[in-house]
Amino acid sequence: MSAYNLDITKDRCPMTFVKTKLKLEELEEGDTLEILLTTGEPLNNVPRTATEQGFTVVETTLVRENIHKVVIRK
Amino acid sequence: MAEKNKLSIICMSGDFDKAIAVFTLASGAAAVNYEVNIFFTFWGLNTIKKKTGRSFNGKGILARVFNFLLGGRNNLPLSRLNFGGASPGLMTSLMKSRNVATLSELFQASIALKVNFYVCEMAMHVLGLEKDDFIPEVKDVLGVATFLELSKGGQTLFI
Repeated sequence: MSAYNLDITKDRCPMTFVKTKLKLEELEEGDTLEILLTTGEPLNNVPRTATEQGFTVVETTLVRENIHKVVIRK
Repeated sequence: MAEKNKLSIICMSGDFDKAIAVFTLASGAAAVNYEVNIFFTFWGLNTIKKKTGRSFNGKGILARVFNFLLGGRNNLPLSRLNFGGASPGLMTSLMKSRNVATLSELFQASIALKVNFYVCEMAMHVLGLEKDDFIPEVKDVLGVATFLELSKGGQTLFI
């Protein structure tokens, strides 16, 4: 099992979703992806769309103001 | 897992800003697991020509002059305030400085996410072009009936 990281705090729509999707495609069963993202569109939709695609959102934590950590498992 | 949604875009415009809208929607939708089809017709064909600059491609003198004047993806004009072709470059710099994806990045993202590119058979014929004049990622050359069949059951946009 591997753990991947992705920081999309500096990206804007649609690259926030594009980078997440391309990284999620690398995951094998049991692997996790830790994403750093901002409040708003990315926080509202990255976990939701990952769930829709069959991934499990393991954790969502506020790291600092406006920045969240979301952990997704395949 | 939810059933796969579908977005089909008819890209008729060859304007820089509208191409940005097309590839933003396409890559964004593909990134959230939509099946995405883009049907390029008329000026929209300029965005997917193999030659990204000005080139005398096509059959017949008139078609060759047309294709040279229209150019490829690097020659798309802004629909407003084009300033003789200077604005797309300025807009790209502005987008980079604001951490917003450029047309080139959105285009590459659409390819990486396997957006389906289709060429309008009729427009291709009018401009004297062939499938080989377009990027290899073009899946097929087709007409209205096939496009309607492909887009059935999803959302369709005309840009």
